[in-house]
Formats: sequence, C-alpha cells, structure tokens
Amino acid sequence: MKEVLRIENIVVTYPGVKAVDNVSFNLNQGEILALLGENGAGKSTLTKVICGAIKPDEGKIFIDGELQKFDSPSIAMEKGVGMVYQELSMVRDMSVAENIFMNRQPTNKNGVIKWEKLYADTKALLDKFEINIDPGTLVKNLSVGTNQLLEILKAISLNPTVIILDEPTSSLTEAEIALMFKTVKKLKEEGHSFIYISHKLSEVFELADRLVIMRDGQYVDSRMISETNENEIVTMMVGREIKDVYGESNDNIKFDDEYYFEVNGLTYDGLYENVSFGLRKGEILGVSGLIGAGRTEMALGIIGAHKPDKGEIRLDGKVLKINSPNDAIANKIAYLTEDRKNLGLYLNMPIKDNLIASMLNNFEVNGKMCEDLIQIHAKEEVEKYSIATPSINQNVGNLSGGNQQKVLISMWVGINPDVIIFDEPTRGVDVGAKAEIYKIIKNYASEGKCIIMISSEMPELLGMSDRILVMYDGRVSGEVLKEDYSEENIIKYATGVNV
Amino acid sequence: MRSVKKIFSHREPILVVVIIALSLVISLFSNNFLSSTNIISMFVALTVEGIVVIGMVLLLIIGGLDLSVGSVMAFTGVVVALFINNGIPVVIAILLALALAAAIGLVNGVLISKLGLNAFITTLGMMMVIKGLMLVVSSGKAILNMPASFKIIGQGKIGGIQYLVIIMIVLVIIMDLLLRNTRFMRQIYYIGNSELSAQLNGIHVNKIKMMTYCLSSLFAGIAGVLITARFGNASVTLGDNTAMNVITAAIIGGASLNGGQGTVLGAFLGAMFMQLISTSLNMLNVNMYWQNFATGAILILAILIDAINRNRRAGKKAIS
Repeated sequence: MKEVLRIENIVVTYPGVKAVDNVSFNLNQGEILALLGENGAGKSTLTKVICGAIKPDEGKIFIDGELQKFDSPSIAMEKGVGMVYQELSMVRDMSVAENIFMNRQPTNKNGVIKWEKLYADTKALLDKFEINIDPGTLVKNLSVGTNQLLEILKAISLNPTVIILDEPTSSLTEAEIALMFKTVKKLKEEGHSFIYISHKLSEVFELADRLVIMRDGQYVDSRMISETNENEIVTMMVGREIKDVYGESNDNIKFDDEYYFEVNGLTYDGLYENVSFGLRKGEILGVSGLIGAGRTEMALGIIGAHKPDKGEIRLDGKVLKINSPNDAIANKIAYLTEDRKNLGLYLNMPIKDNLIASMLNNFEVNGKMCEDLIQIHAKEEVEKYSIATPSINQNVGNLSGGNQQKVLISMWVGINPDVIIFDEPTRGVDVGAKAEIYKIIKNYASEGKCIIMISSEMPELLGMSDRILVMYDGRVSGEVLKEDYSEENIIKYATGVNV
Repeated sequence: MRSVKKIFSHREPILVVVIIALSLVISLFSNNFLSSTNIISMFVALTVEGIVVIGMVLLLIIGGLDLSVGSVMAFTGVVVALFINNGIPVVIAILLALALAAAIGLVNGVLISKLGLNAFITTLGMMMVIKGLMLVVSSGKAILNMPASFKIIGQGKIGGIQYLVIIMIVLVIIMDLLLRNTRFMRQIYYIGNSELSAQLNGIHVNKIKMMTYCLSSLFAGIAGVLITARFGNASVTLGDNTAMNVITAAIIGGASLNGGQGTVLGAFLGAMFMQLISTSLNMLNVNMYWQNFATGAILILAILIDAINRNRRAGKKAIS
C-alpha cells in the first residue's frame, strides 16, 4: 500500500501544557484511519497541525514522501490536505455554491466570477452525492445536517489526497449519517484517504480500517479494526477499565402509579403538535427523535421560552402557568440546554460566578454579593461533581466539554428542581466524563426528581431511560417500554415508519 | 409569485419602488419636483454622501466601520487646495491628496486588523486627529481662490449634467459590479460573515481588511476633492455629519452593523432615498429641523422591518 501521509514527532506546546507530545503515525492511500481519544487528548490540535492551522513546535509532516512546511491552511490545501471542521465554517449569508467554492470561484482572467460555471460545478458535485438542493440556496436556510454535508463536499471539491473529518456526525440525523458514510466510502474507493475523529465507537467500527489512540497529548497505540473490540479501545482511551458506563441497572425500581409531572396536548404551530406525556417521581424519560423532530422546541415550550398555542402542564396535579423561563424556575422546572457554549454557560466568566448564576439572590447579603459565600459554594460544588480545574477562578470556556456540563448541572440543580430536562447531556463529552454524568443523572432520579433526557445517542437512551418517548415531525410517534427496547424499535418510530 | 417574492427579498428593488413612488407623490404637491433641473440638482447634492457611502458599505460588509470619513473628506479638500495654491499642478495635487487620504485609511486598517483595536474607538480617535490636523494646516480658515482649471472638475457639465454626477454614478456602477462579481471583492463578504471561516479557507483577512479601510478613506478623499472643486474653495466645516449619514444610508440600503450583508447599489439607493426625503421636505416647506427626525425615524423603521423578518423566519424554522 502506498503511504500518502506521515507525521513524525509532532509537538505542540501551549502555556503550561503539551497539547501534542511527540506523536507519529502514517496514513496509506484509500485508508480510513480513526483517531480516538478523550476530549483534551490532543486530537483536534494534532489535526489542526496537519491541515496547517497551527504550526507545531517540533516535528515533520511528509506528504507522498515529501517533507512539507505548512504556514497556512491554504498551503496545506494546495498540497492535498482537506479539513472538515468540527465547528461549522459555512458562511450563512452566502449561497451553497459560493460556500463550497469559497474563495475559489471559477473566474475569467480578470477575476470576474463565471456564475454559470460556478453553479454548474456545484450542481454536479451535489448530484454526485445525491444531495438535492439548489446551488443558489442561502446556507442559513439549510439544516445543520445539510450544512455538515456541504462542509464535507467543500473539502472534497479540492480533490484532496487526505481528508480530515473532525466529529462530522455530532449534529447529523441517522439518515444524514448514512448518506455521509456512503459518501465517505465512495471517496475511499476513489483512492482518497481519511483521518476520522469520532466519539461514537459504533461509527468507527463501521467505517475505519485502522485506529490510532491518543491520551493526554501522547500516542498510545494503534490497532487494525479487525483485531480489536470496544472494551479494549475504551480501556486504551481512558487508561483504565470502565465496567458499566450507565451505572446500576434501574430495572427493579418501583414507581408511584400517579404521574407527578404531566404535559397535555402541548402545541406550537409549525414546531410541535399535541405532545402529551407524563412522568412519575424518580423516573427517567428518554426522548428520542431525529434532529428537527421538535424535541428541543417542545422542551423550550415547557419552560416558557416561547408561548405554546395550546396545551397544559401539570405538576403534582396542579396546572402550572408558565409564561417565561422565570416561571419555570419558580415552579422548579430546570432545562439544561443542548447548546451549553452559547445558551448555557458564561464562557468568559469564572467557574464560581457561573455556578451561582441561577440563584444570585442566595448570595446577596445586605444588598451586596458576598464573595466568601460564593467561594465556599464553588469549592463545595467543584468537589461534589469532581470538576477538573486548577481553580474556581478558571474561566468556564477553558474547561473540557464534560466539566462544562458538570458546571451546567450544578448551576441548575441549585434551584432545587423537581423536574430536570437534560437536552443532549453528553454532546461533546468524552467517555470517562460521560459515565460520571450518567451517575449524576441517576442520583437525581433516585432522589425522586423527574428526569427528561433528550438525546440523539441510542445507547445512552437505552442504557439510561425507564421509558423512551419518540418524536417524529413535531408529534409523539411512539412510546417504547423497557421490555421492547431495541434500536430498531426506536428508529422505526423516529423515522415515521409506523405513523 | 415565487420570483416576485425573491426580488423583494432584496433591498434594492424595494428602494427603487419606494423612491419612484415617493417622487410621484411629492410631484403632486410641487410642480417643480420632477423637472430636470431639480433632479440634477438633487444628484449634485448627493455627490458627497453618494461617493463616501461606497467605501462605508464595503466596511460595513466586512464587519467594520469608519467614523473618520468626514474628517478625511475635509482634510483632503484643504490639502488639495493648499497644494494647488502653492503651485503644484492640479493633477499631481489631486493624486497626492488622494494618496494621503488612502494613507490615513491604511493607518486605521493597520490599527484595527493587525493590532486588533476596536474599530469604533480607533476611527473615532482618527476622526478627531484628522480634524485637528486639518484645522492646523488650514489655520482654521477656508482656502479660497481656487484656479478655474481645478474648479472645472466640480462645476463643468456635459450635456447639462455635472461631471460630478457622472463621476459618482460611474464609481457606483464600477464598485457594485466589482463587489458582486469578482472573486477578490467577494472575500469581503466571507470575512464579514465569519472571520474565522475566512481565515481557515485561506483568505488573508488582515490584508483585505486593511485594503477596505484604505478604500473607504480613498472614497472620502475623492468626495473631498470633488466638493472643494464644486465650491471653488476648501471649507473647514465640512463633513461633521458625513459618517453618521452614510452609515444610515448604507443600513437603509440593506447593510447590517453585524457585517456580511449589503451591496454598493443598495447603499447608494439608501443615500438617494435620504437625499430625496431632505429635498422633498424642503420643497414642501417643512421646517428643516424635522429632517433629522424623519431620517432617524426611517432608519429605525428599516432595521425594525429587518428584525421582524428575521424573527419570523427564525420562529418558524426553529433550530432544525
């Protein structure tokens, strides 16, 4: 097999930490190499080095055996390294065509764009991968999933030898993932090579030929996919064995007969329709569905972020009047957003100030915020949730995904809620921290709180929930009880097969 | 129906319709309004804002802004007048003055892009610096007695239309087409939408930003030279409201302070619309103090309509 990429002894140092510490590996033509590791293991930094966005302090990069010097992403692109970024890099106010051929629009010799050719080229590319959208559509009118596919197309349009995919499926629906995998496999057959970063091991087993594992910035080991299994991979990633990520089974818990929290006929025209369900004390209700099925929107309706057209919400038999998130807090309903970076946390503020954000009143003494109380509270919470941080004064933006999620949980549990809605609680969270978050969620359930857990990760839903509600196109398309748990059952409802 | 909707999702056609409709309405109250003399004089009055707005909209699209354009305009006018009165040939004097204007823009650009200073504060400071400099070199007095060879630029006509107007329209058309159709200028939109994306896609963000600040100053300089030639003297009280007026015009024309949006044609139509309002209020003998009120109200209305449209779309589409 022909080697297309080799990296040797790459080192990237950030103040106080070696983000990448002496990593070497190679990539062959037509190979899909999975790069695995917990968040903060250095995968993203390493791929940024390979695509020229970061200059390494030491180390060499060879492409087709030739030593390279990447001073900018554009040079790496020229040499055949394409990168699909984790954070979408699409430009919202421009067309699909101008995004895919960003700054590479076909022009005549005077630099004037040939629009017809641009649209024709784009159409050809879209057709090749069976994506049915008009090249002139503005990107802001497309779904996140389509955006991600376009991102891949954009990388492909450069005809790169090596394509780096950084968690490309984190915001895709099942159907879009299938389409993306088909695309990647097609390209692999055409001789393109991939470096594939993902937290979803099932995807790695489906797609990759070989895997490389990193931990704490260092190279740990490499395996052919055919010669390893999930347990071994997880052990190598976290450096310890995780027995059962979902903690103790909740099969034998006895619940009350009565629903404690009820939603009846909740409707918002165009977003969700006639959503009804109930929860008993201590129950974990999983909510499944494809992106765009209206799960998050329904949750936002419950907490009064917008006013539903119809429907009632009951807690302990009483109908609640919720017109704003403030009312939801007053009624002890907490919603932990899926978008913690933008909507959940104050990234540029220290941990201690984030932790008290939902209950500032408790820390006010004689009209003044009491710094001592805040510090004591922060220290307790950091310890209670084992938030890994050098100090309570650290800005939340500098924490890993898992630790950010813990801060978010602590912040909301502070209002002492009876109902907690978790929206994608482990998105962007690594394996080790996931187990801790699951444990936290189960603890709250065992304290008798009603838990709603919206998730796109099937194993997590099956492992955590006492019941699973499935939404499709704004409606509840099915409820799956524990005895009927299987991925197929859920996917059937989620894709509207039974509707 | 869909194509009609599509046309009206852009700001320019709406503005054209509004401008024509408004003109027709005003002409019912004032016979002179649609006379060719009045139309031409309206265009002459538009030259300053009409040219400065070209540079400003480029900056708004890229996510910046320039408050110093009024000062740069006055400064260039004074400088070109001083050069000419000191015996420098007209053409060379103009080129030198424009080079100075562009240099001021370059300083803005370097401070803002390379050194990462805040655009609002930097250009606010530059506004005062250049205004001060202008007052120093002119000793605070208007510079009079410009030669005819210079005044001809601002006062000459061809077929009854001032050169000024022709220069403005040519500049608008050229810049609009360049911005729409060249890969080089399209980079401005990418940067305005997301600097990070642009950077990752190999666009030299700082370089393009510096160039845009340069261009904005250059257009302010051109306006300064032209207005000086038109009046035959360099005024030191020029340009105090120019920056705010052109930002208003550009936003009415579809630009946004968040960057990424706008066109040269739209911004020019915005300036034209504002000129139309002020001329018509004059012709209808409305107290001139109401002009500010009207312009401000229209600005707020324009962004209000924008916000309502955006919210409605966001509400319907949700987060999918």
